[in-house]
Amino acid sequence: MADQHSPAEVKEELESTLESVDHAEELVMRTAREMGFDEDQQHEIGISLRECMVNAVVHGNRYNTRKKVHFTVSHTAERLEIVIGDDGDGFDSNKLPDPLAEENLLRQSGRGVLMMQAFMDEFTVSRRDPRGTEVRMVKYKTKSE
Amino acid sequence: MSVKLTTRQVGDVTVVDAEGRITLGDGATTFRDTVRDLGNAGNKKLLLNLAEVSYIDSSGIGEMVSGFTTITNQGGQVKLLNLTKRVKDLLQITKLYTVFEVFDDEATAVRSYK
Repeated sequence: MADQHSPAEVKEELESTLESVDHAEELVMRTAREMGFDEDQQHEIGISLRECMVNAVVHGNRYNTRKKVHFTVSHTAERLEIVIGDDGDGFDSNKLPDPLAEENLLRQSGRGVLMMQAFMDEFTVSRRDPRGTEVRMVKYKTKSE
Repeated sequence: MSVKLTTRQVGDVTVVDAEGRITLGDGATTFRDTVRDLGNAGNKKLLLNLAEVSYIDSSGIGEMVSGFTTITNQGGQVKLLNLTKRVKDLLQITKLYTVFEVFDDEATAVRSYK
């Protein structure tokens, strides 16, 4: 089994489909397991990955088959990094409605970013060049307080 | 991998036993359709048993909130039963723990309906 470990970095251009979400989840979860993240951490990574991929496919690329999801997962012994980019119109994360505000609690959507921020140790959103949005998420096996 | 929903009647309360994942795609859609159909059929006291739900994403949570709003607006009540630690954590992060009534015991939950 030792020779089946995930490479230090996997970079893929994925179709804008929900199948790509499952594919990315498989890759990331295999890496997280091999790195020795515990089950709760794996769950947090899995949820964050799915939220981010769904945002790229559904909100960023709007299922447009001509647009790709730019996916990279890389790791060291202690650190897992996921970078997901889309070819969409981009958005200002500071303008998202606060899902914890009383008036937004019963909204049907808008909780994905909150969940990623809660479950990952680092979460940044930036503009992609020439277009789109890129999200970078990092999870450490042991987070220093 | 999707969700399996089974309904049963306990007095005038409809218990929905959910099993699997409630995520974007099949799971969340199945969940939404089931709650809507129950409401349309006049079942206004719903108890969602989430003991066997391993995973809910933001779409699944959105459908739960949507179902809650729909049934409440029809004069009904939606309550939750047997949350796993992970689902409980999720509801706390999203502050929905303050919206839903949550129970660990079915009999107590059933008695709580007006």
